[in-house]
Amino acid sequence: MSPTSLLEDLFAYPFMVNAFQAGTIVAVAAGAIGWFMVQRRQSFAGHTLAVIGFPGAAAATWLGSNPAVGYFVACIGGALIIAALPHAGHIGGETGGVGEESAVIGTVQAFALAAGFLFVSLYQGFLSGLNNLLFGTITGVTTSQVQMLAVAGIASLTLLAVIARPLLFATIDPAVAASRGIPVRAVSGAFLVLLGVAAAGTSQVTGSLLVFALLVAPAATAVRLTARPDLGIALSVAIALMVTWAGEAIAYFSPYPIGFWVTSIAFAAFLAASAVSALRERRGRRRQRRTKEAVA
Amino acid sequence: MSNDSAVRFRGVSATVGGRTVWSGVDFTVDAGQFAAVLGPNGVGKTTLLKAILGLVPTSAGTISVFGHRPGADRSRIGYLPQRHAFGPSVRIRGIDIVRLGLDGERWGTPLPSWLQGSKGRAAAERVREVIRLVGAESYAHRPVGQCSGGEQQRLLIAQALVRRPDLLILDEPLDSLDVTNQRSVSALIQSVCRREGIAVVMVAHDVNPILPYLDRVIYLGHGGAVTGAPEQVITPEALTALYGTPVDVLRDRMGRLVVVGQPDAPPEHPHDPEAHA
Repeated sequence: MSPTSLLEDLFAYPFMVNAFQAGTIVAVAAGAIGWFMVQRRQSFAGHTLAVIGFPGAAAATWLGSNPAVGYFVACIGGALIIAALPHAGHIGGETGGVGEESAVIGTVQAFALAAGFLFVSLYQGFLSGLNNLLFGTITGVTTSQVQMLAVAGIASLTLLAVIARPLLFATIDPAVAASRGIPVRAVSGAFLVLLGVAAAGTSQVTGSLLVFALLVAPAATAVRLTARPDLGIALSVAIALMVTWAGEAIAYFSPYPIGFWVTSIAFAAFLAASAVSALRERRGRRRQRRTKEAVA
Repeated sequence: MSNDSAVRFRGVSATVGGRTVWSGVDFTVDAGQFAAVLGPNGVGKTTLLKAILGLVPTSAGTISVFGHRPGADRSRIGYLPQRHAFGPSVRIRGIDIVRLGLDGERWGTPLPSWLQGSKGRAAAERVREVIRLVGAESYAHRPVGQCSGGEQQRLLIAQALVRRPDLLILDEPLDSLDVTNQRSVSALIQSVCRREGIAVVMVAHDVNPILPYLDRVIYLGHGGAVTGAPEQVITPEALTALYGTPVDVLRDRMGRLVVVGQPDAPPEHPHDPEAHA
């Protein structure tokens, strides 16, 4: 099969065009927002927001409205609640930030999954609805959903572009950032809302449980490969795009679901980057030792 | 007058959580002077720095920073808070951390310098210059989490200096450094302070590494403070008067000062047998 006929085949159905458009928007937003999330060590918060999106989408389906709206309402609402909790402004640090709160968040995650399951069984739809919400589907993205994702993507990337520099400062060094007059708490809260939007958008491609494939894996891969912020963000977006496109294309031609492919490719990229950075570190250490010996 | 004095305290009291930490504190630090805030743990040394920055409200007295109220003009102050080191997971270069000191609070996105034109080149040049000043050229491009404690501290001092401040506020910058690094970082701070005419207010756990350089000492304890030149303040008489119990100041063979008999603050550093002079 020639490449052109392959592409023609791939885009023969409108649902695939929708899937690629949705995937592209989501990958750009998740790649950029994910880079900050990894630097802030808020992956756990990101996962929680994604899981909270599941009962939102399930409830929306049950009530007969658009599940995409359910994702966004639940994720952004969850982000606002986490931002309002005391110590939400605190980031990672040496203790991982969440500390004792992780027990609370874990409980909330379990409850969110249970509530989502309840809504799915109340809906009494066919069982694949549950699978699609949790693990993603390639056929389910509607044109109106793509439009909604485009609006959310542009809005969140614009907000990110406005707060990026103070956000980076508040992430690396909250105390100095505060002494410079950066409203650290407000910036952190705004970022959680961005994270909610990214989680809600990504859920619509990969499903609630596999959001990490696009939100964490590309960013974690990029961070392992470079410590430069500009390059890291660009790399994270590029990896997210490649993972999404490749995953969607393979899912189209294979009988297995999109969530599996996207996650597997992202995982492979992450493993490769870890190997590269481990090799590089070892080489750097050996070189350092050699210089030291040469000096001595 | 405001040209000369960088920081001026007149009868200042600070209350944190309903507890008066210290009261009636008077001192002046002039441009180009090196001042140390000393005293045992828990006496409010960091609170004093935060009062200068305008991050902690005071309950009595007046503070003026370059003739204005604290917090009015942050651009003239470089601040280095007390910290734990950046862990190995912090994946950002030292040069990026220094750069944040230049314009980190401006809204917007940090673009690569080749996209920013002449202003971006000037900013990049200033960052390189200050990295040279602290002697961090060889590791500024490494992820900061992989730098040693002394290297991280130099990069952070560069970050505090990058905007050419007139006042440098340092909270235990020598903490967690080995003796060699304590000495070289102290010498660096002193030379920057003299050469660029910057006033330095620095909290120190141990006065000895910086003793030769100090112009002023603010010794906190017992809810009050004695201030003045180091040879006036770190004396048995002055410290006995401050604490109301007999305190001795001993000098060992190396000329190091050891303060003996000051009432112990809560044992936050039980592993550190050294005197809190």
